[in-house]
Amino acid sequence: MKKIGLQTIKLDFCPYILETSSIVGPKEAEGPLAKYFDQCLEDEFWGEKTWEKAESKIIKENVTALVAKSGIASSDIDYCFAGDLLNQCISSCFGLRETNIPFFGIFGACSTFVEGLCLGSIFVDSGAAKNVICATSSHFCSAEKQFRFPLELGNQRPQSAQWTVTGSGAAMLSNNNLGRPCPRITHVTPGKIIDMGVKDANNMGAAMAPAALDTLVTHFKDTGRKPSYYDAIITGDLGYVGKEILAELAETKGYNIKNNYDDCGVLIFDKEKQDTHSGGSGCACIASVFSGYFYQMLKEKKINKILLIATGALMNSTSSQQGESIPGIAHAVAIENLDS
Amino acid sequence: MKSIDTKKEYLDYVDKKSPNSPILKNCFNAFWVGGLICSIGQIIFDFCQYKGLDSTSSSTVVSIILIGIAAFLTGLNIFNKIGKFAGAGSLVPITGFANSIVSPAIEYKSEGYVMGVGGKMFTVAGPVLVFGISASVIVGIIATFFV
Repeated sequence: MKKIGLQTIKLDFCPYILETSSIVGPKEAEGPLAKYFDQCLEDEFWGEKTWEKAESKIIKENVTALVAKSGIASSDIDYCFAGDLLNQCISSCFGLRETNIPFFGIFGACSTFVEGLCLGSIFVDSGAAKNVICATSSHFCSAEKQFRFPLELGNQRPQSAQWTVTGSGAAMLSNNNLGRPCPRITHVTPGKIIDMGVKDANNMGAAMAPAALDTLVTHFKDTGRKPSYYDAIITGDLGYVGKEILAELAETKGYNIKNNYDDCGVLIFDKEKQDTHSGGSGCACIASVFSGYFYQMLKEKKINKILLIATGALMNSTSSQQGESIPGIAHAVAIENLDS
Repeated sequence: MKSIDTKKEYLDYVDKKSPNSPILKNCFNAFWVGGLICSIGQIIFDFCQYKGLDSTSSSTVVSIILIGIAAFLTGLNIFNKIGKFAGAGSLVPITGFANSIVSPAIEYKSEGYVMGVGGKMFTVAGPVLVFGISASVIVGIIATFFV
């Protein structure tokens, strides 16, 4: 494992993504990717009394399902990296308190899933761990309650607003593929905090796009790769507004990504039928779409090389009310089928 | 497209890129739904007067009934759909005020009746109350001394 260029780490062993698991809520289950998710919930409460408890249950059940699917005994899992959007990451902490796995709570807003993949793959690559879980969750109702207004309030959302995904995605990284062909993480590009002065909390895509651009361009410069090297370049939750901005800005920097670029926030909902305005957002957006859809595409070798860039808006409701701008961040991992 | 390097260039660019709300459609929906709510209020008012109430009592009855209906529809998860459709049309009449108090009361019930319902009930309507009451005090003082 060594650092190449400005901020990319080239992994030597390249940890396997042994298994993934995803759970999504009822609205996501009506979206175009429904058939790829492991479990679709019928209601947002899932038998719990509060939104927060429901979100904890989602990540708990998802991690339990991941461990069962992977075939690895939970005593053989060395560490878990997880985080979410609720204050002090209570969904992950409460949901995973009974797992008995050493736990790193991480916060990168909606970039948390890939932040976990970055850290987890470095742990496995260095030999510090054999098996690592990276998980995250978000819940539309708990996020609305914390960041915006009560659900029953009769207000209108701007066209650039995004819809927080209810669900969870989790991945098991391992130094052993147990004889199964698995995609592997080859490069890690942690991102910098970039703030271009966007203050509108209803336009997160525009706030985060410059961070995604910075990480994208840095990744290409550090690795010497071109956009065409990848079968798919996927961002987390820039939505329709941010996706267009990133594609255009990348072109001004000399990188044409229009042919193989897409965004999980755009993919997860049907904008017209589901009235989700600029698309999906939240930690679970990229986590569930990668764990559900893209992991399956990689396993079936329909795509072999993917650059996964998760974007996060590092703000809270207090900073917004105090008129602060929204700093963005984006972390990237290159995931490849090395045996193809 | 030329490269964007400064914050100002970026914010101008974002302004151009961000979709606008459908203002004409929103205004039209707000107009007729708001008008309909006020018409319902007027019908109740006229009915009260027809039954022999004076105009102050009739106004009070109108407010009570409209608040009751809005609170009930909020509890049934219907008022937020009307609000999404009509915007200011359902927000500006007293129905919007009822909704802004009932919705946090429902949302924060999970934090208990005292700190949840009691503490958070006015999080949305609080500014309206503070500035509404302050404005009416000022207007009252002016009216007392100068009118």
